[in-house]
Amino acid sequence: MEKIPHALIQEKLTNRYGSDIVSAVEEPLYKALVITVNPKRITDVLKYLYDDKDLQFQFLTSLFAVHFPERKGEELEIVYLLHNLWKNTRIRLKANIPISNPVIDTATNIFSTANWMERETYDFFGVQFKGHPDLKRILNVDSMDYFPMRKEYPLEEGSRIDKDDTMFGRESLVEGN
Amino acid sequence: MSYPKPPTLVQAPPGVEGHGFFATSLEAVIGLARKHSIWPLPFATSCCGIEFMATMGAHYDFARFGSERPSFSPRQADLLMVMGTIAKKMGPPLKQVYIQMAEPRWVLAMGACASSGGIFDTYSVLQGIDEIIPVDVYVPGCPPRPEQVIDGLLRVQQLAQNEGLSRRSSPEYKARLAKYGID
Repeated sequence: MEKIPHALIQEKLTNRYGSDIVSAVEEPLYKALVITVNPKRITDVLKYLYDDKDLQFQFLTSLFAVHFPERKGEELEIVYLLHNLWKNTRIRLKANIPISNPVIDTATNIFSTANWMERETYDFFGVQFKGHPDLKRILNVDSMDYFPMRKEYPLEEGSRIDKDDTMFGRESLVEGN
Repeated sequence: MSYPKPPTLVQAPPGVEGHGFFATSLEAVIGLARKHSIWPLPFATSCCGIEFMATMGAHYDFARFGSERPSFSPRQADLLMVMGTIAKKMGPPLKQVYIQMAEPRWVLAMGACASSGGIFDTYSVLQGIDEIIPVDVYVPGCPPRPEQVIDGLLRVQQLAQNEGLSRRSSPEYKARLAKYGID
């Protein structure tokens, strides 16, 4: 089966959503189509991609977040990996939200599988998925009081006293850091 | 034709022996009995658990030391063997298992992870099970060889034999448990 041409996806989305499609580029490494959308329209776009008979992106491969502390005002990037199983075409859909107000609509009404993925994204990044039926931690212990994958938190546990920096090299190897 | 050497039997504790009787202290008898009937509860979460399976199997034969029956119910277990990385989320279930064990109970932390968190110095991993339950014997290694596990068990046996009958009701012991929030 022919893959869906990236130009067609791009065209259909920009015709319908105009400036709510922030960007649509083919990334150079794997030639994947990366579409960034206005976070307020995310469920509309997902629903359209799901329903449109030319597009039919009906499989949510993964949903996760990335934290970019240097992008002021849109520090959290929510990524949806979508797959059209009939034409074996994949796209990456992204939406950037501010870390000060990390709210985005839930995708659970379109993809049931988004339920646990959104819980995981909440667990690690603190993203509030509006309309999620049961948004609580899924992997970490319930009493955890922060979101460990945000970059301001250290990876290490911090309570260890047996580690000697001179032996284990906790100091950064990069000069000046 | 040569016969194999007869197995070494457990020596009786010191006491007074005569025709038809043997007198010794109750503490010594109970210590001896406890020493040679430690039922372990394997709490295995990762690679150390695999190494423990070798320890339990025919080649290393853990059963030789009176641990014939790995008890998968904490109610009938004497020794909690914690083997593997304990995530923070696994902490409360582990503590619950310990609480459900009847006294006298011992805990053996097998391997670097159970003892100190090991290489997993990370937000999701408990940095040693002694943060939540008291530990009697630590077996180092990543993972330890079966011989080391057996050495650890022999040390638990020594503790069981020598601890006496009053330790578990002593105020020091109660205070130690209270430190972990166990009454």
